[in-house]
This record gives sequence, C-alpha cells and structure tokens, in this order.
Amino acid sequence: MKKTNIIIVGVGGQGILLTSKILGYLALDMGEGVKVSEVHGMSQRGGSVITHVRIGDDVHSPLVDPGEADYVLSFEMLEALRAEYFLREGGVLISNTQQILPMPVITGSAQYPDKMPETKNAVLLDALSLAEEAGSARAVNIVLLGVLARFMEWPQEKWESAIEACVPPKTLETNLRAFRAGLKG
Amino acid sequence: MKKLMIGNEAIARGAWESGVKVVCSYPGTPSTEITEFCAKYPEMNCQWAPNEKVAVETSFGAAMAGARALSCMKHVGVNVAADPLFTAAYTGVNAGLVIAAADDPFMHSSQNEQDTRMIARSAHIPVLEPADSQECLEFTKLAFDLSEQYDTPVFLRLTTRLAHSRSPVEAGERKEKPLREYEKNPGKYVMMPGMARKRHLAVEAREKKMTLDADSMPVNRVEMRDKKLGVVCAGVVYQYVREALPDASVLKLGLSYPLPEQMIRSFAAQVDQLVVVEELEPVFERDIRNMGIRVSGKDKTGLQGELSAAKVRQLFGGGAPVPQEPALTGRPPALCPGCPHRATFFAMKKLNLTVFGDIGCYTLSALPPIGMMDSTLCMGASVGMAFGAEKARGKEFSRKTVAVLGDSTFIHSGITPLIDAVYGGASTTTVILDNRITGMTGHQQNPASGKNILGEPAPQLNLEALCEAIGATVRVCDPHDLKQFTQILKEETQADHVSVVIARRPCVLLDKRKKEPCHIDACHNCGACMKLGCPALIKTEKGVVIDRTLCVGCGLCKQVCPFNAIQGGEA
Ligand SMILES: Cc1ncc(C[n+]2csc(CCOP(=O)(O)OP(=O)(O)O)c2C)c(N)n1
Repeated sequence: MKKTNIIIVGVGGQGILLTSKILGYLALDMGEGVKVSEVHGMSQRGGSVITHVRIGDDVHSPLVDPGEADYVLSFEMLEALRAEYFLREGGVLISNTQQILPMPVITGSAQYPDKMPETKNAVLLDALSLAEEAGSARAVNIVLLGVLARFMEWPQEKWESAIEACVPPKTLETNLRAFRAGLKG
Repeated sequence: MKKLMIGNEAIARGAWESGVKVVCSYPGTPSTEITEFCAKYPEMNCQWAPNEKVAVETSFGAAMAGARALSCMKHVGVNVAADPLFTAAYTGVNAGLVIAAADDPFMHSSQNEQDTRMIARSAHIPVLEPADSQECLEFTKLAFDLSEQYDTPVFLRLTTRLAHSRSPVEAGERKEKPLREYEKNPGKYVMMPGMARKRHLAVEAREKKMTLDADSMPVNRVEMRDKKLGVVCAGVVYQYVREALPDASVLKLGLSYPLPEQMIRSFAAQVDQLVVVEELEPVFERDIRNMGIRVSGKDKTGLQGELSAAKVRQLFGGGAPVPQEPALTGRPPALCPGCPHRATFFAMKKLNLTVFGDIGCYTLSALPPIGMMDSTLCMGASVGMAFGAEKARGKEFSRKTVAVLGDSTFIHSGITPLIDAVYGGASTTTVILDNRITGMTGHQQNPASGKNILGEPAPQLNLEALCEAIGATVRVCDPHDLKQFTQILKEETQADHVSVVIARRPCVLLDKRKKEPCHIDACHNCGACMKLGCPALIKTEKGVVIDRTLCVGCGLCKQVCPFNAIQGGEA
C-alpha cells in the first residue's frame, strides 16, 4: 500500500488513543508496515491530544510532518482548525462538528474561533448525535473511524474485527453500530 | 505473529524474556507503562516503590542476591536514584541490573529537559538506545547480558517518541535464569575508601574494555550510502534521519556510551562531512570532537525540543517550507470536574495564601482562573521551601504561607523536610492532598492507597500517625466541606507550630457513586462559581450554565454560590 499518514486529534478523554490503537491493529492485520505515536500524561487532563498513524512500507519516523497528512480525523471543531495544517494538498479532513469549550473560553478570557476549516475536502458531521443513536455518546471516535473507512480500501469485516479486538467486549455492539453509522453516512 | 506494541510494552516483554525476577520502579511519564506491563507477567515480582532511590536500591539488592532486576523511571527520577547508582557502578552487580530511564525532549509532561546520557557519563554506566519497539525488546535483553558480562548496571535510555510509539514486534519466549550464587564479598560490595579505591580502578578498566568491544558490537552499525554526508545518530532520531536524508551514510549507535571509537574514526575518514544529529545535549558531538575528529551538529539542531523528519530535512537545506500551526485559542489541561484539589486551592485563594507548590495533578491549579501556585521545583520541594522562606522572612510570613503536595509526592520526598521543619522549630503549614492515588501519571497505587500494583489489598500507610510521630500537629478534613476546611486552614497557618492539614477526598475518577449533575436556576451571573475553574461551568451572557455531560455532581459550585441558585448534585 502507498504510504498513508493519518492525524487524529481531539480533547483528552474522547478516546483518541483507542482510535489509533484500532487503526494500528488493522494495518498490521492487513500486512502493512505501521507506526503510531501517542502522547500520554499531562495532555490527557482535558487538553488537546494528538496521535500520529503512519501506514505503508518503509515508514521510518513515527510522526506525520505538517503538510503530509492524507487524513486528519478530528473529534472536535477547534482541534480540527488547529490540526488542518497537517494536511497535504488534496488531503481530507473528517471532523465531528461538536464544540468543546477550552478553559480560556469558559472563563471568558478568549473566544471560540468563529470560522470554518479551509480544506476543500472536508467531511463535517454531527458524530455525537450518531454516537448517541448508536447507544453511547462515548462512541464518537468509532463513528469517525467509520467515515474514514469510506476512504480507505480495506474491507468492512476487517475494520470490524479490529474494533472487536480493541474495545471492551461490553461495548462491542454499540461500537459496531457506531462504526456502521459512520460508514454509511 | 507480530504485535503492535508501544516501546514501553516491548521493554516489559524484553524483561520478561530475559528472565527478570524483580521489577521495582516509581511512576513518571513517559516511563510508567513499562512497570504496568511488567505487572501482567506473574513470573516477575513488581512493585511501586515510594521513590526512585528506593526502587534502585531494591533492584540492586535483588541483583546482588542473584536475580535479574529492572527499575524504570523518568529522567528526573534518575537524579533521585543517582546516589545508589553512582556507587553501584563501582560495586558492579551479580545478576543483571538495568535502569530504564525515559527522557522527555520538548517536556510533554516534565519540568526540565535533562539528558540521561550526560548522567550516564558522569556515573560511568553504559547506555543502550533502541530506535523502535522491536529494538526496545531486543536491547532490553542485551542490556541484561551486558550487565552481567561487564559487571555493571546498564541504562536503557528512551525518549517520549520511543516509549509512546507503537511499531510491530516479534516476541519470543522467556528464558528462566536460575539464581546466581550469592557470596559475601566485602571488597566488592562494602564501599568504604580502601575498597572503593580498588573498585574505581575496576570501573576504569571495564570502561576501557567496553570501548574497545563497542567497535564490534552489532548494535553499532554503519550504513554506507552517499559519502558526501555522514550522520551519527541514535534512538528515534535515527528514524528521522532515515526519512529525511535517505541518501546519507549513517552510523547508528545502539550502545551510546561508551562510544565505538575506531568505528567512528573510520566512518569519519570515509565521508566528506561528519554531522551528529541528536536531541538535547551535544553529547556525541563533544565526545567525537574530543577524539580529535572534525564534526558539527548543535550549530544546526540547538539544545531545545524534539526533532522530526521535517526538521532534519530543513536543517540540511531540503524540503518545502513546513506549514506552521495556526495561532488559535489554546486548550490547556485542567483539573477534572469534581477534582478535590479544586476546593483545596479555592480555600487557599480565599485566605490569600502564598503557596509553595509541588508536582502532580494539582500543579494545574497554577493556571487561571485558580492561579494559586507560587512555585513548582521538584517532587517534595514544597515542604523545605516553605521552611526556607520562613527562615528568610520570619514567622509572620509563615502565617500566610502553605506548602502543598499530593499523597504520593509526600511519600516520595516530603517526609524528610517535614522532620527538618519540626527539628528546626518552624511554624510552617503543609497541606497533603490525599486523593488516595498517584493521579498525574495515570492512577498508580502507593503506600497510602492500601493496594498494591495488582490492585490487591496491601498494608496502608497511616499518614496522620506518621506526621504525628514526626512531631507535627495534624488535622484531617474533606476539602469539599469548604467552610470547615477553610477554617482549619486559617487556624493552622496562624498557629506557631508545624502543622499538617490532610485534605482527604478520593480522586473523582475513583469515585464510582453516581450523582445527579447540578443545575442552575435564576443565575445572577455574579461570577462567584467561575472562580472555581470547573470545565462543566460555562459563562454565557444570560448567566452560567452547567454542561450536564461533564458535571459529576460534586456540588462544590453550590457551596460557593451566594444566591443559592444551584441545585442538585451531592448534598
Ligand atoms: C523525581 C520524579 N519522579 C516522578 C515524577 C513524575 N510525577 C509527576 S507528579 C507525580 C505523582 C503525583 O501524585 P500525587 O502527589 O499523589 O498527586 P496527584 O497527581 O494524585 O494529585 C509523578 C509520579 C516527577 N516529576 N519527578
């Protein structure tokens, strides 16, 4: 497979690490080379979180460089705006339209930016509603994974078995519904 | 079949395969998961120690007694463990002893950017630096072999991008290591001057031998490509160099101390230009320059932060300009909704106290709108600093001052300065934020939490009895009883003795009780609750609203609302 660079962003607690873990698992299952870079620790207390996923042969660095991402998968609008600069020419932004206010906005010392992403190839969707319909607000990440699956050439059953391998068994049904909701659009 | 592992998981696997029996560590990002993964293997006895010094001493004892042992810590933990380590380099080990030390370039979760390779050089301890998860596993095994072969502790040095990056790993099986003979040998293990002088000679001889052997160690390797540029690098930086400069010749150092001198000389002789690409300190660059070889590096890379493939490309004049992150409203981390630390700092704000702070989740209360921390230096520093300030500015100053630290931090390094304060006749007030867990690093048990690393019941340290035995006056209070807590804080800061106020309330993430979220009717928009800095409270023009998806119903905002406009939540 040709090299594919994916950036996943959101707010600490939104299940970003789980999403990159599923993608990594899937890529390996498909026989691809893969590297994933995460940041644990301080940033997880409600701060911005970013993970990098690189798939393909001959991937050395675990980091996606700015301007080289094929996909930015964002769980929140401000984080989508912040991460857009990672996209290459023609790269695709997939973002949840939910807004989660950061502390400076909550306290009134800053404004939530009033603008839309500049990327031409953008899929913006209310993933929170779709996740709630699927059974849990926490499944936003899997809805977005479903949207990403529309663009990638891997078969649906492979995605679903990767999800099964990575999520807690109790949440599997909800997560599969969430994935299919994202896939179908 | 290959499995995707973060570097830390691969190190745990490597330790298990090496026949390690004892793992003793103190948590610290980005090293924490190594020990957590180790704990999944029943063949290894794993424990969270109170601090890194105790962790290394325990592992050293195990190694001296014949069992392979591992201690893991973040870079600043190595400072705490430096005392046993520097002398363990003299005594040597019996069974293998490995210290996994994780550096944090760019300080994703740290207070400084120190470089373990420098400490290793002054301690004369060899360093191995893996470059991906597979190497994390293999180098861990090699570290134990080298430790035994050369009779020395060995550092396994990681950086954040290695510790927390996943790449495929082919795992193997465990090779049991029978206990090595234990023999009394005071000449080797009792480091009084007469014996230590002889052992210091042994250190020198060992290092000379290892330097020679390094030239033929397969973990150091030359990849000859275009001879115009030769790059020396190690660890994850090797990955950036391969990606950014695919044509450059590379000397990849696996053993990054001591350096393979002949290999470097011959590599330098074959290339037109020799450049070191390394994060943090110019460690390789200086060593190589000291060999009398022309080399450059830090003129390009600087001392600060992380490298990346894009940065390396740019440093060598290639690649398109790299797009920059837009300037947007930041999203700093914040105390969780319902976090007990919020109430504690709110009370201190009310009393307008000077706060010598410490390191943990509570350090986040330095940020607006709470903004209640005057200092954060290193774990446990708050207690001694408050006493020092009293020595400088007198007891009057102490009446408006507190030292604040978490339960894990107190046990780590807060006990001895408390003894010092009592002994020195201080009147300081120390607040222990007893949330019954090591929060910041992701919920590790500690001696005061009553559980071990596996979550099984363990003897529980009685903090109040300990502090009383030291000679402090102890008060215990739930900070969510805001009125009483503030009163206690007022009395104890005023008092002319050493006091300890234990603010006891479990971390909200441990509190499994389901509570109704709070709600606001008829908000006067006075802003009193906004001073709490709770992520669930949102200011709008019509008044404050509560985000029901975030609110955990702790009810703290109810206590601070002067108009009783907030209902629901905890009584
Ligand atoms: C010497 C050293 N070791 C480890 C760390 C990493 N570290 C930062 S805060 C912390 C623990 C904090 O726990 P606690 O004091 O209980 O406070 P909490 O986060 O639970 O509020 C640790 C282990 C460090 N900064 N320095």
